[in-house]
Amino acid sequence: MKKRKRAIPSNGDIKLLQGNEACVHGALLAGVTFFAGYPITPSTEIAELMARELPRRGGVFVQMEDEIASMGAVIGASLAGAKAMTATSGPGFSLKQENLGFASFTEIPCVVVDVMRGGPSTGLPTSVGQGDIMQSRWGTHGDHPIIVLVPCSVEETLHLTITAFNFSEKYRTPVILLLDEVIGHMREKAKIPSKADIKVVERKRPDVPAHAYQPYEMTADLVPPLADFGSGYRYHVTGLTHDQWGFPTMRLDETKSLLTRLKDKIETNRPDICLSEEYLCKDAEHILVATGSAARSCKAAVDAARSMGIKAGLIRPITLWPHPRRLLLHYASSAKRFVVVELNLGQMVLEVERIVAGKTAVESFTRYDGELVTPEEIVSHLAEEE
Amino acid sequence: MSVMHKYIRSTKKFPHLWCAGCGNGIGLSALVRAIDSLGFNRNEVILISGIGCAARAPVYVDFNTLHTTHGRALAFATGIKLVKPNLHVVVIMGDGDAVAIGGNHFIHSCRRNIDITAIVFNNRIYGMTGGQCSPTTPRGEYATTVPYGNIDYAFDICNLAAGAGATFVARGTTYYARETERFIRKALEHKGFSVVEIISQCPTIYGRLNKMGGPIEMLRWLRDHAVPIEKVRQRWSGESNLLKEDLGGKFLTGIFVDREASEFVSEYYKMAARVRSETRRKTKQTRRKR
Ligand SMILES: Cc1ncc(C[n+]2csc(CCOP(=O)(O)OP(=O)(O)O)c2C)c(N)n1
Ligand code: SF4
Repeated sequence: MKKRKRAIPSNGDIKLLQGNEACVHGALLAGVTFFAGYPITPSTEIAELMARELPRRGGVFVQMEDEIASMGAVIGASLAGAKAMTATSGPGFSLKQENLGFASFTEIPCVVVDVMRGGPSTGLPTSVGQGDIMQSRWGTHGDHPIIVLVPCSVEETLHLTITAFNFSEKYRTPVILLLDEVIGHMREKAKIPSKADIKVVERKRPDVPAHAYQPYEMTADLVPPLADFGSGYRYHVTGLTHDQWGFPTMRLDETKSLLTRLKDKIETNRPDICLSEEYLCKDAEHILVATGSAARSCKAAVDAARSMGIKAGLIRPITLWPHPRRLLLHYASSAKRFVVVELNLGQMVLEVERIVAGKTAVESFTRYDGELVTPEEIVSHLAEEE
Repeated sequence: MSVMHKYIRSTKKFPHLWCAGCGNGIGLSALVRAIDSLGFNRNEVILISGIGCAARAPVYVDFNTLHTTHGRALAFATGIKLVKPNLHVVVIMGDGDAVAIGGNHFIHSCRRNIDITAIVFNNRIYGMTGGQCSPTTPRGEYATTVPYGNIDYAFDICNLAAGAGATFVARGTTYYARETERFIRKALEHKGFSVVEIISQCPTIYGRLNKMGGPIEMLRWLRDHAVPIEKVRQRWSGESNLLKEDLGGKFLTGIFVDREASEFVSEYYKMAARVRSETRRKTKQTRRKR
C-alpha cells in the first residue's frame, strides 16, 4: 500500500519536522486564522506553509508588499477578531518595529516570529545568530510592554507558538517568538499534540452594552476586554496617548496611568509569564545562562563538564523578556559564577549583569561568526577559567 | 439636525484640532453625507487613517475608527477587509501619508484592486508638521523645506492610482463639495479599490507661504482652477485625463476611471473555496483507492 503524503500530520503523530514547520503546526493548533508576511531567509518556510494551509482551513494568507505592511495587516486583522501572525528575520524585524510598537501601545494581540540570522544589516542570511536579543525588547521606540519567547527545540517551538498566541490573547499584547536559524531550519522529531492536550486561550470580549464599553478601562486584572471591529462596539483606536475610551489625551494623570497599567499588566503577571528551564543547578558552581540553539550546546557542555568533575549547570530563559529575575537571583547566591553564552557580541549578558548586580561573577562567552557555539568550546572555557 | 450631527462625537471629541478655514472639515462632511445617503449601518463602517491633519478626521465621527501610523493605514485596512469582507472600509489620508511614506502601500492597494475606498485630502503640503514640502507640492511653490521654491516634480495622485490599477479614480475639490460627495458616494458603491482625491486648502501654512490669501481666496482659487474632465473630453474627444500643458496651471476634476475588474478579497475567498472542495475530493479518492 502506498503511503499517503500529507502536508500536515494529524494530531498525536510523531513527525520529523523543521522548526519553522513546527511553528506553523503550533499556530494552527492555537487557532491562527490570519497570516501576512514578506519572504526572508531563514523564516520563509513559515510563510510558504501558511500559504498552503490557511486557505484550505478557512483562514487568510496574504503576501504583502513589505514587512511594514505585513505588520499593519496583522494588526488590522486582529482588530477584526482574527488570531493573526507574521514571520520574518532581522532586516524585516527592523521594518516591523514602528507598527509593533503601535500594537503594543494599543493592546492588539498578535504574534511576531523573528528567525534570527547572523550579523547586523543583511549579515549572514543563511547562518545562525542571536543578535536580536535587545531589538526584541527595545526595537520599537518608547516604553512599551512586550513578551518574548525563545524555544530551543523543534517540539518546543510548536508548544511555544501556542503559548505565544495564548499570552497575546490573555494579556492583549504582541508576543515575539524568537527563533534562531538553527532552531528554524533543523529537523528533529516532534510529537504533534492532540487538541485535547493543549490549552487555547481566547481574548476577553466585552459583554457590556455598546455605549458603556471602554476599550482601555482600568480593570482589576489590568487587561480590558477587546471588542472586534464591526461587532457593534464602535470605538476609537489610536497610537496617540489615549484615555479609557481610546480617545487622544494629553492629560498628565491619564498619560501616567496608561503607561503604568501597560507596564504593570506584564510585571504583575511575571509568575505566569516567566518560563524557564534549569538543568543541574542545585549544586552548580558554574552556571551557564543561554537561550535557543546556544542552550543546546550548553546542555551538552554541562554533561561533559560534570563528567570531568566540574560542577556545571544551566539556566535557560524560555521567556527572554521579561527576564527570569527570580531564578537568576536564586542561584546568584550559590553559584561561583554565571557564564552567559550567546551568539552575538554579548547582549543578554547585560541583563544578567543588571539583575545579578554583583551577587556573583558574570562572564560573557560569545560566538558571532555565523556558526553555532560547540559544547567543546564551552567546556574548555569552563575548564580554563576554573 | 444636520446629517453631520448624527455622526459627530460631539460630547467626546470637540472642539476639533483643525484650523479655522481648513478644508478637512469639508472633506469629512462630504464623506459622512455620502455614507449616510447610502444607508450604511454605522456598525459596519470602518474609518482608518494614518498620521497628519487629514488623518485626524476619523476620531470625530462615530464609526469604528482606527488612527494608525504614518502612511500605513492601507495596510491595516487590508487586514480588516480580508478578515471581515462585509465591512465598508474607508481610508482617509493626507497627500504625504498617501503617496510619500505610504506610496508603496498605495500603489499595491491599487494593484490588488482590494475593495477599500481611499480618500486623499490633498493640501499639497505637510500640514501637521508645519508646512514642509510634499510629493504633491507643485514645482516652483514654497514650503518650509523648499524656501527657495520647489524644484521637484509633483505626483498626480489620480494618474498614479490609475496607472497602478485602481478601478475607480476621481478628483474633486473642497469648493465643489457636493460634487465631491457624489464622487465619494460612487466610490463607496464601487466594488474594488476606489480613490477619491480632494484638492483642499490649508490656509494656515500653504496659503500663507504661497501668498494665496485666506480660506475664501483659496476656495475661489480652487473654483477657478478646477477644470472638469468633460470639457477636455469634449475638446479632444477621446483624449486621456493627463494634465495638459495648456491647462495653464489648472487641474482636471471628475471621474477618470470607473471600470469593473475582479476584486482581491472575493478572489481570495473563491480560491479558498476551490482549494477546500479539491482537498475534500482528493481525500475521498484516496480513501476509495485504499
Ligand atoms: C514615521 C513618521 N515619520 C514622520 C512623522 C511626522 N509627520 C507627521 S504628519 C506628517 C506629514 C503629514 O502630511 P500629510 O500626510 O500631507 O497630511 P496633512 O497634515 O497635510 O493633512 C509627518 C511627516 C510621523 N508621524 N511618523
Ligand atoms: S495646518 Fe493646514 S491642513 Fe492642518 S489643520 Fe491647519 S489649515 Fe488644515
